[in-house]
Amino acid sequence: MSEPVLQVTGLHRTFGSVRAVDDVSFTLDAGASLGIVGESGSGKTTTARIIVGLEQADEGQVTVHGRARAGRARGKAERLARAREVQMVFQDPYLSLDPRTSVEAVLRETLRLHFPDTDHRARIRELLDQVGLGTRAADALPRRLSGGQRQRVAIARALAVEPAVLVLDEAVAALDVSVQAQVLNLLADIREQTGIGYLFITHDLGVVRCVTDEVVVMRHGRIVEAGPTAQVLDDPQHAYTALLLESVPRPGWDPDGIAAARRAL
Amino acid sequence: MSTGLTRRPGLTRRPGLGRLKAARAPLHLICLGFAVLVVLAALLAPWLSPNDPNAVDLGNALAGPSPDHLLGVDTAGRDTLSRLLLGARTSLLGPLGVVVFSTVAGIAVGLAAGWRGGRLDSVLSRSTELVFAFPGMLLAILIVSVYGEGLLAPVVALAIAYLPYVSRLTRSLVLAERTRPYVSAYQVQGHSAPQICLRHVLPNIAPIVLAQSAVNFGYALMDLAGLSFLGLGVPALTPDWGRMVFDGQTAIQHGYPLSAILPCALIVLTVVAFNVVGERWADQVARRSA
Amino acid sequence: MNALDIQGLRLRLPGTARPVLDGVDLTVAPGETVALVGESGSGKTLTSRTALGLLPSGAAPEGAVLVDGEDVLIMTPDRLRVLRTGQAAMVFQDPRAAVNPLRRIGDFLAESVRLTGTMSAAAADRRAVELLDAVGLGPELLGRYPGQLSGGMLQRVMIAAALMGDPILLLADEPTTALDVTSQAEVVALLGRLRERFGTGLLFVTHDLGLAAAISDRVYVMYAGRIAETGPAAELFARPRHPYTAALLAATPRLAAPAGRLAAIDGQPPDLRQELTGCAFAARCAYATEVCRERTPEPAGEHPAACHHPLEGSHVDV
Repeated sequence: MSEPVLQVTGLHRTFGSVRAVDDVSFTLDAGASLGIVGESGSGKTTTARIIVGLEQADEGQVTVHGRARAGRARGKAERLARAREVQMVFQDPYLSLDPRTSVEAVLRETLRLHFPDTDHRARIRELLDQVGLGTRAADALPRRLSGGQRQRVAIARALAVEPAVLVLDEAVAALDVSVQAQVLNLLADIREQTGIGYLFITHDLGVVRCVTDEVVVMRHGRIVEAGPTAQVLDDPQHAYTALLLESVPRPGWDPDGIAAARRAL
Repeated sequence: MSTGLTRRPGLTRRPGLGRLKAARAPLHLICLGFAVLVVLAALLAPWLSPNDPNAVDLGNALAGPSPDHLLGVDTAGRDTLSRLLLGARTSLLGPLGVVVFSTVAGIAVGLAAGWRGGRLDSVLSRSTELVFAFPGMLLAILIVSVYGEGLLAPVVALAIAYLPYVSRLTRSLVLAERTRPYVSAYQVQGHSAPQICLRHVLPNIAPIVLAQSAVNFGYALMDLAGLSFLGLGVPALTPDWGRMVFDGQTAIQHGYPLSAILPCALIVLTVVAFNVVGERWADQVARRSA
Repeated sequence: MNALDIQGLRLRLPGTARPVLDGVDLTVAPGETVALVGESGSGKTLTSRTALGLLPSGAAPEGAVLVDGEDVLIMTPDRLRVLRTGQAAMVFQDPRAAVNPLRRIGDFLAESVRLTGTMSAAAADRRAVELLDAVGLGPELLGRYPGQLSGGMLQRVMIAAALMGDPILLLADEPTTALDVTSQAEVVALLGRLRERFGTGLLFVTHDLGLAAAISDRVYVMYAGRIAETGPAAELFARPRHPYTAALLAATPRLAAPAGRLAAIDGQPPDLRQELTGCAFAARCAYATEVCRERTPEPAGEHPAACHHPLEGSHVDV
């Protein structure tokens, strides 16, 4: 279980004068779940986009199973191989599906690209089943689906490639509480069944507690704290982690104190 | 949040605006009907026209409407109705060529510029701006004077002049579309850029671009009619509305305006019809994708 | 007199089989913070918007919505305009979407009171500076453009703008959802201070149960256009009586809870295109019986829950 799937070392990325990602390193073990926590501008999304290849790093390395993912992919074979290393689920389920493509067509397209010689109909049924969508949803266009159902489609689409790592960029942030719980449980089940590794990008510490084994806290592009989730959340070492924890609303919450602490930091 | 509800069409519209649209609906229907009629007339012209449009009968020149010639004849004694019907062919075929060529080329240029960005974008955008800066009619007159008579030369010239409208629109639409997460999702899935462009981006932006082309059709019709009125492009004997207006000038001087006024009216009505239909289509598309 | 008093509000929209709002009763006293909690489509935003007379077109409202004792539903357009710049104001979810990026903050703040002629230009400017100070921002912001401000700062400007007309009722529709967690605290602290200082009644619309528990005096939980349960915040979260409230609390991933599976609520809220008989939550409820599917439950008790089988004595740690 402890062999690393994903290894990120010394990532740097600047946009103009802004250091969006500044010396970020971490590893994700096989079948493990790692959370990256931070506020907007912390660099967590840029880090995720570099890992999946939507953004290029100025410096540093991302390796999956020891193979480096550097520069742009050359040729179809390399493109497909990379897609099978890392897949991504995006935040907004309303924008991450092509409005003109039905659920079945989305999945078929991906299967045709990656597994041209297999029985797609059976696999589509299996994938829909895996994400808790009935075959009735297969013909539907995205606009006929609820936010939760769309996110399930996005997950099925990512799983169709059979990746080693799944990056979830605020994948449950736009969902309602009851639907969010369904999707989080679904993700937990899938990890148990397939042994896929998760990289959870989120701002919600409750979600982090619920679904990750380890956590990395980012601020202004840098990692301020990292460690096992329970340890970091129960006994934060960095003042910023403590502030994030304090900021989670609960009864007897002291917003004035947090506001003061935020200004002091 | 109930945004899903308020976004449903019919709910967001204010009552006042709704009435306005409703009042305009008949106009749109009339225009659509007229456009269909003109197209049908052009398609069926050889069977519909009662006389040979080029049969000269000088003895009967400038005669008014009669059972033989329902809309009268022109200075050369040619039947006006037949010339109008057959003229619809050239008058519609020309703009069609302009629109097809400018749309296909414009989409290709806009797609390449918007998707690739960087230096390709600058080169393509600057060159389309260059075309923009040069008046389309002048370009057409130049090309026709070099290549002489024929429909092809003015059509190609105008197509080049109309290309920037389509390519600029396409480029801006592609720029907006490619930032959408679904495009990123396909990239992460390993699909190649041309695949994503052709299978997903293009179908999503196509309705808006096609609506623009429908509007362009009206303008191209007007420009081509203007050119043939100047005696450029369409060969002298071919029936064409613009040419008919030119030929009818002498008739007007003789006090028989019918053979010049009818093609004039047809040009204006057809242009208006295509513009109204095209713009309404564009509106509908914009509202659906908003 | 209550700042807001909604009585039996029922709202039908064309093309729906059941009312989107179905007998909503809700009050906000001056100086009180009331949270209205619900998921998408529960009607919480719609409810708060009716207090400003903002109804979707084609809506046929029944009941009464009294702001400062006056029924909004029967007001003339002129009176409504005065209401919106005076007694009642709203802070929206996304401050960037609610402000014209090409106008300076100063103009934006003064706009509403100037347009209705309630204040002179000089008085409006003085008030703007005073309120910017109250929300913790300096007067130098008056000349800035929205693009130069962070989301948290801009939301504070929006709150200042809402207070320009000295409202007795402030409606805040998910005002912190678009903000970072640490700026959320700042905005919430600010709303609390302003409420004390100006005595404004605050209706806080949110989907976040933890936030509602943290900031409000009383909470209304909405489900499918009806109030499922209402009561004092601490009471309602510690001992929910409606199974929906309890299920919602159990489904929220919490810091204090151990890692592992959440108690998700199966199914989805009822569709607006389908007729509804009995309790709206019955189809997803573990306690539902025959009576739940037949008769709509009426809220009863001191801490009323619209449920035939209210939970007793269950305890949830928040």
